[in-house]
Amino acid sequence: MNLSGYEIGNFFDEMFEDDGRPRAAVRPLVRKIESLSPGELASRQLAADRALVQAGITFNVYGESAGLEKTLPFDLVPRMVTAPEWERIEKGLKQRIRALNLFIDDLYHDRKIIKDRAVPPEIISSSKGFREQCVGLNPPRGIWCHITGTDLVRHGDGQIYVLEDNLRCPSGVSYVLENRRLMKSLFPEVFDASKIRPVSNYPIHLRDMLEYLVPEGSATPRVVLLTPGVYNSAYFEHSFLAQQMGVELVQGSDLAVFDGFVWMRTTNGFERVDVIYRRVDDDFLDPEAFRADSMLGVPGLMAVYKSGNVALANAPGTGVADDKVVYAYVPRIIKYYLGEEIILPNVPTYICAEAEGLAYVMEHLPELVIKAANESGGYGMLIGPHATAAECAEFAKRIKADPRNYIAQPTLALSRVPTLINGLLEGRHVDLRPYVLYGRDIFVLPGGLTRVALKKGSLVVNSSQGGGTKDTWVLANDPATAEQTQTQGGLTTGGGQT
Amino acid sequence: MLSRVADSIYWMSRYVERAENVARFIDVNLNLMLDSPATDQQWQPLVNITGDHADFAKRYGPVASSQNVQQFLTFDRENPNSIISCLRAARENARSVREIIASEMWLQLNTFYLMVNSAAGSGKGIESRNNFFTEVKLASHLFAGLTDATMTHGEAWHFCRLGRMLERADKTSRILDVKYFILLRSVAEVGTIYDDVQWAAVLRSASAFEMYRKRHGRISPMAIVQFLLLDEEFPRAVRFCLNSARDSLHAISATPVGPHRKPAEKLLGQICSDLAHASVEEIVKGGLHEYLDALQTNVNRASTGIYERFFATRVPESAQPVKEKRQ
Repeated sequence: MNLSGYEIGNFFDEMFEDDGRPRAAVRPLVRKIESLSPGELASRQLAADRALVQAGITFNVYGESAGLEKTLPFDLVPRMVTAPEWERIEKGLKQRIRALNLFIDDLYHDRKIIKDRAVPPEIISSSKGFREQCVGLNPPRGIWCHITGTDLVRHGDGQIYVLEDNLRCPSGVSYVLENRRLMKSLFPEVFDASKIRPVSNYPIHLRDMLEYLVPEGSATPRVVLLTPGVYNSAYFEHSFLAQQMGVELVQGSDLAVFDGFVWMRTTNGFERVDVIYRRVDDDFLDPEAFRADSMLGVPGLMAVYKSGNVALANAPGTGVADDKVVYAYVPRIIKYYLGEEIILPNVPTYICAEAEGLAYVMEHLPELVIKAANESGGYGMLIGPHATAAECAEFAKRIKADPRNYIAQPTLALSRVPTLINGLLEGRHVDLRPYVLYGRDIFVLPGGLTRVALKKGSLVVNSSQGGGTKDTWVLANDPATAEQTQTQGGLTTGGGQT
Repeated sequence: MLSRVADSIYWMSRYVERAENVARFIDVNLNLMLDSPATDQQWQPLVNITGDHADFAKRYGPVASSQNVQQFLTFDRENPNSIISCLRAARENARSVREIIASEMWLQLNTFYLMVNSAAGSGKGIESRNNFFTEVKLASHLFAGLTDATMTHGEAWHFCRLGRMLERADKTSRILDVKYFILLRSVAEVGTIYDDVQWAAVLRSASAFEMYRKRHGRISPMAIVQFLLLDEEFPRAVRFCLNSARDSLHAISATPVGPHRKPAEKLLGQICSDLAHASVEEIVKGGLHEYLDALQTNVNRASTGIYERFFATRVPESAQPVKEKRQ
């Protein structure tokens, strides 16, 4: 396949230098793509799509009638990250999650950071993620955010920025694992030549981390994954992770609380549960503590949690730091708790709750991206340069009515990766969500979900808004830590034609 | 195993078997009609077999025709026991236990459901549907075969077999009940060629015609009752099915066949032992319908016992609620 027609455009391209030469790290891949006959890439793409449908790697789209599942579009051209770059990302993420964890713990205890005026008190009173029920709570091992997915982007200046923190129930890691499995079967030769770090041990790390949280005195620790059920959009992932970790996938109705513990109903009677990896939002976790109308939760769960007889991951109440306004203060938060400068910078953010920020935003609306503080999935967003005057006016009204609920950022020129569109490679904008596990130590999965906006020119990568995914290849410094495929190492099989 | 998971597996399997049996009823009736005078079409009994005659009468009126009965039993989404409803239920159950069953089973069930769904939407006439019922039967067999060949024969598999066998026992007994009732009503016809045709149809609806021939040769009502009810080796015979269900139940609760400590096992064990000692002459003398009625009641009680024992794990009465300590 001839790549000479590929247009880099006026963007940072993850695969090519500005002058069109492939970056050093991607050369084996580029050589491979160039060696394929026209149409070969498309036919491998087709094979990948078919494999996804057959394996039922699907998500449910809200609003579609039951039984209609879609596959998340997968593009087979991977996104690469070099070893030194990844080292910095990993350091930055560890710093960030350590600070955010201290921040959450402080907010639910002494609130020193507010007393010291490093952040304004409104940060709590106006946060939708703050949970009064968690005040004074001491989660097992002092950890609040066990599983984090942090969205990163690269701007036209070549710098990696943190776009947002997902501290509640970040999803998508199942696609990272499945995408890799697919890519290894489609391009084994490139894996051998490129020294790519493996991701398949994520479920092992996840289970280890969860078992670390087991309350003292439990002889046969039992970990379960709590799902809202088959109609949840991420049900496939819940089922996949439970299967990969070898733990039970439970729904609220499978659990009961009595005699001081959480139990699950089995064909052999009740069995005790020690750790719950919950993929149910705080509000629905326990109708006695949170929303009384929740049918998904377990009545009495919070009481057992507070007594220390069950662990929850993530802890309830972490949403307070998963707020787009708090995001803006993260550099100050890191400085306050760790005394360090932020390693991975935030995107410059204008806080509408602050008079200065609001004034700037109102004047520069058509240049900015406006985000509602507590929305996710690409909803409640305005991309100024792509919006009509009427849309801008409408958002201006909304911001004035509730400034605390909005932040604004300059429109970023997200970097692009070649993507197969109608048989040809075209540049498409991407972001990157690495996954971080916080247990005995902090583990950053070397890889992550690269989301790609498949629509030409689009900057919205969310799956609910026409986004797809790519495999993310983090290159190994040390070849010993790279992926092994069966062709490597000269494995011989006995017998045969010799 | 989680109670909910066991429940879903059990019903997944039962619903697939139910869909297959409904297809059998219709397929045989369609064949039977080819040998009958057009004025003597018998479609009402099919509705009676499924036990949904009240719902049918309410929505389709008093007259059961070939067309409305087939619609009711095949594509009617409001009838919970129609083929399409059974498959939808089976698929939804399977979807919630995908991490437990073999992926081949899920694939097959999904394909099966999509096939029926597209047939429902095609709007083609009854004539083209003859093949459809054969396809349903084959798809169900494929699913059962995949279950046996790809799934570890552990607790989950035993719940599959338990559901399948209880459902099949129930449906075979219903076929026998309804057909016998209809056939014996017209005493004058007993022993005529027409009667033989009818009985052959009963056998065919349980895929039993050829196996019956091998065992009993001549068609006789007594031998047919013997074969479909009491045969120990024919896989759709009530006794065979209930013996298999009993074995699975014992495997699940890890108690050997023999001592019956739990109500469900005790009940099922009793039914199997009654069938082992029953004679067809006595059954017919005492009234086949009465016998089958009592049998079905007992099987239902065993099903309820299974529900109580495995699926409806209740919080013990001595349990103490957890209250939050004041801080």
